[in-house]
Parts: sequence; C-alpha cells; structure tokens
Amino acid sequence: MRHLPVLIPILPLLSALLCLIFSRIERRLGKYAVLAALAASFFSSVLLLVKVTQSGENIHYYMGGWMPPLGIEFVVDPINAVILAVISVVAFFVCMYSQAFLKESEWLEQGGFYALFALLSAGLLGMTITGDMFNLYVFLEIASISGYGLIALGRGKSVVASFRYLLLGTIAASFYLLSVAYLYAITGTLNMADMSRLLMHQLDTPNVLLAVSMLIVAFGLKMALFPLHGWQPDAYTYAHPAAAPIVAGLMSKAPALALLRYLFSIITVESIYVEIGLKAIGFLGACGIILGSVMANAQKDFRRMLAYSSVAQIGYIAVGLSLGSVYGLIAAVYHMVIHAFMKSLLFMVSGALQYRYGEVSISIDMLGGLNKHMPLTTASFVVAALSMIGIPPTGGFFSKWYLLLASLEKGQFLFIAVIVASSLLNAVYFFRVIENIFISKDAELTSLQKEERLEIPFSMLMPIVLFGIAILAVGLFNSYFVEEIIRLGLPEVLAV
Amino acid sequence: MTIYSIRPFFAVVVPLFAAFFIMLSGKKPNLREFWTVLASFLTAFIVFSMVPEVSKGNVYQYTVFRFTDTVEFTLRTDAAGMLFGCVSSFLWIPVAFYAIGYMRQHHEKEQTGFFAAFAVCICSAVGIAFSANLMVFFVFFELLTVATYPLVFHARTEEARFSGRKYLIYTLSTGQLFLAGIAVTYYLAGTCDFTAGGFLSAETAPNWIMQILFLLLILAGAVKAGMMPLAGWLPSAMVAPTPVSALLHAVAVVKAGAFCMIRICGYVFGPAALTALGLDQILIWFAAATIIISSLIAMKQDNLKKRLAYSTIGQLSYIILGTAMLSPLSITGALYHIAAHAIMKVTLFMCAGAVIVTAHKENVSEMSGIGRRMPITFACFTVASLGIAGMPFIVGFISKWDILLGALEANRPLVLAVLAISALLALSYLIPVCYTAFFKEDKSGEFTAYGEADKRMLLPICITAVLSVVLGIFPNFGGHLYTFAVSAAKEITGGLIGGGFL
Repeated sequence: MRHLPVLIPILPLLSALLCLIFSRIERRLGKYAVLAALAASFFSSVLLLVKVTQSGENIHYYMGGWMPPLGIEFVVDPINAVILAVISVVAFFVCMYSQAFLKESEWLEQGGFYALFALLSAGLLGMTITGDMFNLYVFLEIASISGYGLIALGRGKSVVASFRYLLLGTIAASFYLLSVAYLYAITGTLNMADMSRLLMHQLDTPNVLLAVSMLIVAFGLKMALFPLHGWQPDAYTYAHPAAAPIVAGLMSKAPALALLRYLFSIITVESIYVEIGLKAIGFLGACGIILGSVMANAQKDFRRMLAYSSVAQIGYIAVGLSLGSVYGLIAAVYHMVIHAFMKSLLFMVSGALQYRYGEVSISIDMLGGLNKHMPLTTASFVVAALSMIGIPPTGGFFSKWYLLLASLEKGQFLFIAVIVASSLLNAVYFFRVIENIFISKDAELTSLQKEERLEIPFSMLMPIVLFGIAILAVGLFNSYFVEEIIRLGLPEVLAV
Repeated sequence: MTIYSIRPFFAVVVPLFAAFFIMLSGKKPNLREFWTVLASFLTAFIVFSMVPEVSKGNVYQYTVFRFTDTVEFTLRTDAAGMLFGCVSSFLWIPVAFYAIGYMRQHHEKEQTGFFAAFAVCICSAVGIAFSANLMVFFVFFELLTVATYPLVFHARTEEARFSGRKYLIYTLSTGQLFLAGIAVTYYLAGTCDFTAGGFLSAETAPNWIMQILFLLLILAGAVKAGMMPLAGWLPSAMVAPTPVSALLHAVAVVKAGAFCMIRICGYVFGPAALTALGLDQILIWFAAATIIISSLIAMKQDNLKKRLAYSTIGQLSYIILGTAMLSPLSITGALYHIAAHAIMKVTLFMCAGAVIVTAHKENVSEMSGIGRRMPITFACFTVASLGIAGMPFIVGFISKWDILLGALEANRPLVLAVLAISALLALSYLIPVCYTAFFKEDKSGEFTAYGEADKRMLLPICITAVLSVVLGIFPNFGGHLYTFAVSAAKEITGGLIGGGFL
C-alpha cells in the first residue's frame, strides 16, 4: 500500500520498456503488458483517491526514501488523484480500442506503437503526480516525445504535423525549463511545496514575473490555448487513428493541471503577476472559445472539426482557472475530467468510421444513415455531442453551470455571454453532424470489414459505449465529484 | 402537508423506460406498440393516483438525488403542476392509439424512433409539470427540445430538415438564455425552488437587472408557447406527422412553454414584483397582439394543419394573457385553459390527421362535402371548433369566461375588447371548415360514399370530443382540474375574490 503512488507512473514506464521485448516473443504480448500496467495504475489511483478523500490528508511519497527538498517527492491530493484515475482509465480503454487497428501488423510496429502509447501514459501520469519541478519537466518531455511519435505514425500529412508540434513543443519545454531556472535562482529548491514556502516573501520579484509569463506560454502551448494552438488541429487530425483519442483527450489535461498547480499552489494568487497572468489567461480562453467554435463550424472534415472544438473546450478550462474562485476551479477541474471522456469518445467514433470504411479523412457529408449501420456508435456519439453542447444531464452541462456561477460571483458578465454564444455555436456544428447522420441519404460507403453481428469489433465498441455511459454518469453524479473530491483538493489560497 | 413519496418520480421514469423498451423491440411492431400503450396507461394511472390527495391541498414530493452541489433534483406535485401533469399524461392514451393507427395506415418509416422519441417527450412534459425548481425544470425543458427534434424532421425531406433547423435555432438559443437567467436567479436569490407568489422581489436587484433577468427567463417559454414574434417555428413544424402535431404542438411542447411562463410569472417573480417592474403590461400587449394577428393569419391558411397551428398560437396567448393580468380569476382561467385548449386542439388535429390518412386531403378548399363521407369526424371537429370559439357547455367557454372575468377584475377594458374580437375571429376561421365539409356541394363527387377513418383513429377522436363537452358542463370531471386551477391561482395571488365556477 505504501508504494502505491510510485506504481502509477512506473508501471506504464516499465511496460513501455518491456513492450518491444515481449512483442518479439509473441506479437500480442507487449500489448497485454501495457494493458495490465494501465489497469494496475488505474486501480492504484482509485485506491489512493479513496484513501486521500477519506483521510483528508495528502499522501506524500519519497522516491528512494530521499526526503525532500533533496529527493523527488510524489504528492497525491484529491484533485490530482481524480485526474490520475481519469488518465489511466481513458488510456486503458483507448489501448483496448486500438487493438483492432494493429491486429495485422508486424511485431515491430505493434511493439513500437504500444511502447509509445505506454510512454505517453506514463509521462502524463508522472506529470500529474509529481511534486518536483524538474521531475515534471522530465515527464513532460517523456509525454511530448512519445506524443510526437504517435502523431507521426498516422497517414497523410502526419509527419509534417508532428514536426510542427515537435518544434513548438520543444519551445514550450524550454520555456518551462527556463521558468524553473528563474525560480530556482532565487530559492535554490526544486520541490514544489518547498518552493511555495520560500517564494512567499519574494512574490513580487522580477524572477517571478519572468517565471509566470514563461509558464503561461509553456503550458499554454502544451494545452493548445488560443493563440498558441496552431499546431493542434493538424496534429489531432493526422494522428494515428488508434492514438488520436488519447492524444486529443488527455495530452492537454496534464499541462492544464500543472498550470493550475503553479498558479494557485506554488506561486499563488498573492503575487500580482499571477493575478495579471490569470486575467490574460481568461481573455485568451474566452477568445479561444469563440474562435475555436467558429473555426469548427467552418470545417468539412469531421476530425478537424473536433480538433477545433478542442481549442474551444480548453478555453473553458482556461476561463475557469482565470476566475480562480471556488466555483471557477471546480469548473476547470470538472471540465478536465468530462472533456477527457468526451473528446476521446468523439475521436474513437471517428476512428471507428475510419476503421470500418477505410477512408483517410472522414468528411461530415459522408455520415448519412450512420444510425442504421452503426446504431450504438451513433447513440454514444449523440450523447457526447449533447454533452459538448451542454444539454443536461450530460456532464458538459455542469461545467457550464459552475462556470456560470463563478462568472456571476466575479461579476464577469462577458464570460456569461461567451458561454452562451459558445453553446450555440457548438450546437450548430454538432447538430449539423447529427442532421447529416439522421436526415441525409445513406452515404455510399463500402465496409472494408466482414459483416459481423456487431457493427465494429467488440474491443472498439465497448470503450465507445462505456465512455458514453461515463459521460452521463459523471454528469448525474457531479455533486459527488464536486463535493467529495474536487472541493477537498482546492488550493488554500484562491482569488478573491 | 407534504407527502414524501416516490410516485412523482415513477410518473416521470415510466415513459423513459418505455422509450428504452420501444428502441429494443423495433423489429416486432406489435410488442413495440404494446410498450407505448402500457406506458401511457401506467403513467396516467400513477399521475391520477395522486389527484385525491393533491385536491385536498397536499403535495407529493420526492428528491431523487443531489443534482449539483447545492441544487437538489426534486419532483413536487403542487396544484399547477398536477394540472399540467394530468393533462399531458391523460392525453397520451388517446393519442397513443391514434398514433398507432395513423402511422400504420400512413405507412410511415422509422416508426421505432418515432414512438421512442414520443415517449421521451411525454417523460419531459410530466417532468416539466412536476419540477420543484428551475434547474430540474430546465433539464426537462431541454430534454423536450432534444426529443422533439427527431419528430419534427421525421419525414426526412428537405422541408423537414429546414423545419428541424428552425425549431432548434428558436428553442436552443432561448434555452441557453434561460440557463443564463437561471444562473443569475440562483446567484441573486440563493435558491431556485418554485414558490407560489414568487421568491424574487423588485428590490432583489436594480430594476434594469430584474427586467433583463425576466427577459432571459421568459424568452424560452415564449418561444415554446409560440408568442409572436417568436412563433415562426410552429407553423413550419407542421411537417411532422399529425400525431406529433396533435400531442406535441397542441399539448406537450407549446403547453410546456405556457406552463414555463406561468412558473416564471407566478412562482419565480410573483405578481407583486411583476407589477412593480411594469413587466405585466409588456406581456399583456404582446399576448393580445399575438391573439389578433395569429387569428388573422389563420383565416388565410388553406392547409388545415397550418390553420390549426396559427389557431394554437392564438389560443396559447390566451394563457399568457390570463397569466399576465395577474388577477386571481384570470390566472384560474389561464391554468384551466391549458387543459381546455389541449383537449379541444387534440381533437381538431386528430380530425385533420384522419382526413389526411383517409381522404388524402390537406387543404380546406378540397374538402367540400367531405362531411358526408366522414360525418363522425367532422361532427367532432365542429364540437371542438365551437369550443375554441368559446361556446357555452363546451370546455373552452369555462376558461375563456374566467379570463374575461379576470380582465374585468383587473380593470382592463381593452383586453375585454381583444377577447371579444378574438372569439369572433376564431369562429370565422374554424366554422367555415365545418361549413365546407357539411354544406358545400361536392363537385368532384369523391365523398359520396360513407367512409370513416380507421377505428383506432376514430375512437380517440370521439373520446376527446365527448370529454370536451363533459368538462364544459362539469369542469371538475375526472380529475379535479378546475379545483387545481383555482387553488393554484389562490396560491399565486394570495386570495380569490369571487366569481368563477366554484
């Protein structure tokens, strides 16, 4: 039990190393190792979540028994415990989903894919759990590099998209490293808790100003916060269809949580620079919400539309952060959870279409009559779409509700207008798809796969349907999430 | 007294489960229709089982779970909610039979989806009736929007696609404003539980904020209730199959809108706040204008369903008008008009549908002499038409008389004039249909032989027509509906001055 925290990132990391060897022995063995590791991570994080919410105290784990500030510390609080659980469960099911795409590939291709997949999961889990600033950088790079690989594995322009992301991602990582250096220069520590304590009296120094601005740029790039989202639509569109759900669903969440950690727990809103930074993030987020939704409306390609809608959804998280009140942070964290499920589901649906019909790009016009060919997939898609629009009682509604309450508390009426406008824009582009599915004439697509009893293989269908149920469940039981988990883990100092 | 019982929850959930079973049994039409019928009887049974206690002034309440961190998902059957709940659950039974007959005779496609969406609509209508606070109300309100959408585009033609879009644009955009309004209300008042007489007062916030808030909250209801200038979707939505027009565009959807306005005016703002903010005046004039304009437009419609649609728009504004006058009698009339208009308009729409299926005629001008072929259908049509115009001994008279008295009570002579003109207009756009059907010469010779509609369609028509007469004589027949209207009006205004039928 004592070692549970370290198991969460280490097991997927280990499985990544073993994956290729296992795959050499038996083609599918590597995949099973990754699945087992992710399942173990999920159970560990759920156990920790239960423990931390029941005891009400954060769990600290010291790597190798080295005490902080010298050693690396892992910290589990209610908020990152729930994000850990979400990351591991989404990664597990996406991993399961991806099997069908790779069932005929060679051992090297399969082993390589799952090694990257496990590395990405390990990186994201590590970023979420670590309590050490440099360790976060290491995990950030692990996640990024494996992410570049997974994106480059796709077809079409994927290599270009991946390269572009690589350039920007490297800039982001360098910015992050620089900001750590600036903070280290005045405090001499890399441990987050220690840093917070030592910074308390130097919150208005120029180093903090530089660090805050660089952090926002670094994590903004990683989250694809407007206007730093240039890499994102291409990367999401051209990523390997088996990996796109995890790339789109999770890769933005860990940086968003890290940003929350930095702005509210480490540097804290008592610094004037953080206050200004939050205002900027809120403004950018609001612009992103509108711009992302408008751009999504302009797309013909299904996946590109989803990619732009991500820009908008990240905007919700950014607005929640910038409001900085109890409800603001609740909305931000809750939206991280629900968006992970929604976006990965939507990308799984697009991948399922690609799998069944073999089209490289799924145009919205091709979806006519989908409800007859793939009823369960369509039903799950409709649930996710309604959640994206914010129709109760799906999860997406509640992040909007908490965001509305937070904006009212702070008197930010502009955000209310933005939220209303964005819901309507979301409705336009999602109902356009729904309309095509249900009303348009059946598209002339020929199925590549043999006709079977199920519309797509069970290993693909199960995650899709399960996530559809999860979206409803997370929505219906949101009071539990908010009251019993997120509220307990809120930072001590909040914006007033 | 509050009775804590799960019954309101069951009344909402039964149609939802029915929808689920309907989806599952798509390949066996008879089993599928069995679910619809079973659920309609069961829902009505559960709802009516609560009538005796509620008519004594008790309230059933059930909290399902905590919906957000502070708002609970509570269902509550106060008098007003019970009235709407009774109407929508009871009318599902005749319309269910009618729909089965109609859809089969008309060989419609996608019947499984149709019946499932239909059941979800009933679920949301009952949910709207029993919601205890704005949040729960909003959930069912949006569910109703989403579930009606597939019914509107049912025909899957370009016209249907366009109507569906129009419907969504109208309802979703105002729905989002409604949500923003709910958030503001909750933020200002710290609660969003419906309270008879309102929980907001004019002093809660500066006047202009309260006025904007009212606008945010009322627009969603105004759209669904088809108040002009927000009524554009309703005539377009007539591309839907006739049972949809009958139940949804005469009962569930539009009445949900009207009921929303009653909730906002009577249970969120309250008469005192509305008068202090001067909002009742605005509502009255919009409603009065809608009544006159829609009646004028209705006269020019040749398509029978469209004519009925415009008539619906006008009649719905009676409810809004009655509510906005804020006098005890006018509110009684408004509430009772929910039931009265529902029963009469369902009859009218079902007749129109019977004509479409049996004689394949949609336009009034083609119906010369059709009364000889379908005498029973058109007899029922005539009864309901007279009721809409406000003929005594038919249910429409009761509600209109109360609204009229309410206008006197509130001292609004101009409204009286509007009501009188509108009754004449209603006669002039509905009675010509009956005249054409019975007395005009049948030049084409199509309608010489007797050929009534299918029994599954004819029987529901007769039941609702008879019911509209029975209720016109005994307004409390079957379900204490008039008592509910009176006690709800009493709760809202805090006292009844006299007159009326009890």
